[in-house]
Amino acid sequence: MMWAILSILVENKPGILFKVTHLFRSRNFNIDSISVGVTENPEYSKMTITTYGDEKQIAQIVKQLDKMIDTVEVKQLDEQKTVYRELSIFKIKLSNASDSMEINKLANAYGAKVHDVRKDSIMVELTATPDQIKAFEELAAPFGIIDIARTGVAALQRSGS
Amino acid sequence: METMTGAKALMTAMEKEGVKQVFGLPGGANLPMYDEFARCNIRHILVRHEQSAAHMADGFGRVSRKPGVCFATSGPGATNILTGIATAQADSAPMIAVTGQVPVAMIGRDAFQESDIIGMANPVVKYAFQPRKAEEIPEVVKKGFFIAETGRPGPVLIDIPKDVQQNEAEMIFPDEFKIRGYHPWTDPDIVNVEKAIDMLLQAQKPVILAGGGTIISSAFAELQAISELLMIPVVTTFKGKGSFPETHPLSLGPIGMHGHAEANKVMSEADCVLAIGTRFSDRSVGTFEAFEKKLKIIHMDVDPAEIGKNQTTNIAVVGDVRASLRIMVKMLMQKAIKNTQETPWLKHVKETKEYWKENLKLHPGEMGAAKILRKLRELLPAESIITTEVGQHQMWASLFYDVIQPGTFFSSTGLGTMGWGFPAAIGAKVARPDIPVVDIAGDGSFSMTENSLATAVLEDIPVIVFLLNNFTLGMVAQWQRTFYDRRMIGVDQGKCPDYVKLAESYGAQGIRAQSMDELDKAIKTALNSDVATVIDIPIDPEEDVLPFVAPGTSLSDMILPS
Repeated sequence: MMWAILSILVENKPGILFKVTHLFRSRNFNIDSISVGVTENPEYSKMTITTYGDEKQIAQIVKQLDKMIDTVEVKQLDEQKTVYRELSIFKIKLSNASDSMEINKLANAYGAKVHDVRKDSIMVELTATPDQIKAFEELAAPFGIIDIARTGVAALQRSGS
Repeated sequence: METMTGAKALMTAMEKEGVKQVFGLPGGANLPMYDEFARCNIRHILVRHEQSAAHMADGFGRVSRKPGVCFATSGPGATNILTGIATAQADSAPMIAVTGQVPVAMIGRDAFQESDIIGMANPVVKYAFQPRKAEEIPEVVKKGFFIAETGRPGPVLIDIPKDVQQNEAEMIFPDEFKIRGYHPWTDPDIVNVEKAIDMLLQAQKPVILAGGGTIISSAFAELQAISELLMIPVVTTFKGKGSFPETHPLSLGPIGMHGHAEANKVMSEADCVLAIGTRFSDRSVGTFEAFEKKLKIIHMDVDPAEIGKNQTTNIAVVGDVRASLRIMVKMLMQKAIKNTQETPWLKHVKETKEYWKENLKLHPGEMGAAKILRKLRELLPAESIITTEVGQHQMWASLFYDVIQPGTFFSSTGLGTMGWGFPAAIGAKVARPDIPVVDIAGDGSFSMTENSLATAVLEDIPVIVFLLNNFTLGMVAQWQRTFYDRRMIGVDQGKCPDYVKLAESYGAQGIRAQSMDELDKAIKTALNSDVATVIDIPIDPEEDVLPFVAPGTSLSDMILPS
């Protein structure tokens, strides 16, 4: 199984997100994460979908997406040549007096921002790769994670690659 | 520019596309478009159930290679045509389905006869439109026809809210339009065609597998030229049946679950296959792993997403298969390649064919399926069009009815929709009124859309229903006999209805044929009649379709008649 980042340029019209996600369901593919936003040209939206599959499955996903009439361009991005990030917000429990300081240290190490410090909880915003978010989650787990919200990956291939 | 209603614009745009008739059924939400039939030159053919309207449009589209058009109202009318749309999608048939919808302001409020047909149909259409303003209609129709008939054809749904049909607008009927994400044509892949020739020439045991795409693109002459120049035997998928004359010495017929024994045998022994316009359906190839083992695959298809979907391909040639095959023929001519020697492989193929011709055990009775279908073949003109229903009779037709003229055999092969054959025959007859059209039917399947007899009679569309009647859902019964220890559940149809009386009650002709003599007379009578005819042929309910490749096994594991 490999992880793949797909960048899909679609017509900015209602119902396209439904069609794309429906394709994944009906063809038995997985969506790991999805993010959608309008592009510099308001006629188009860009979807970034991350997915898992073997090489053959990923190739098939790309072809089926490409076949869709509403998709203008479908690319599998090369991880090495791509800037890809996901925004995540963690709400973490504060039990001991030292927890706040510890979590601040952890956040600093990951370049995360600390928001909304309360008596019994703290919010941390981390923009990073999914792997880094997962690592942060593991380190924050012992404090007690109350909630997590994630946006899905946004990705752009570097120029000249 | 002209001011008119959306409904009028719809009909005008369809006339511009050359539409001569619409199969359909009116209701509250499509009355504005129905009212336009009073003011245009398009014929309306009334059905008794919307599913049949879709199958008629499908049959018309497959035969004429132009999209057939069906109309249905909103809600249940729309959901009723869904099966027909899904059938067309599964078999890549061009179709335009136009549904009425509740007014725009009512959408999403669970209005009377509202259904989210766009949402429901999405996975089974090539594309769906829901114009929200009357002035969108001309371009939507133009794009719809273009999408339905180009590339890999398919059904397009146009769902029009009632107020959009009624509203007036300044209409522009465009000659040009742009669909940015749709590229139905690719340049012929000359390099890979050349590689394919080399691979075929190097193969010891090559075979050509012609699929439905060969028929859709009318690549009959090209296919025959390549087979004859390279002396390569031709097997087909069931959907590709009749893409190559089945009376040709190099023809082996369809492979698959109920393929010809010789075709399955030769296919499983081959070392290289030129597969043309096929998706390698499980019904054709058995298990994917066993099929591709020891086999070099050259895959030609218009749909790039089919390459590598079910089978690993050695050489892929993406593009219209007729264009690709033409290049192949040209290259063979230029290189003056013409095989004339009988190779050991070809000798073996001929022997295999001969062996099965002599040794496949057939039903011993006078009214066995093989004898019945061979009689039909004997009496029908070569150009006659066949449609089939779905079930045992369909597979017997595949086994025992030889297609002589390519592109004259049609069936619901992908979705396997019972009830398809009869309305599809009506659609086919509308496309080709000059030639006989016969629906090879079974009683279970025919009974699903038998009320299309009303359409055939009232609209004067004289097709022949050739009904192999075993009073049973025969294919299910066969599986219960074979895999469920003869526990026969839910398959007995009784002698109900009496199909002769049924036909007569609609004003059609009903003839029962219980012997070969009666059958001979019945077929001749039907061919000379100008009214729809049902020939009811009672057969043995225990007759199985054999050979049979059980699901999940490979083509070399055929169950044969004992």
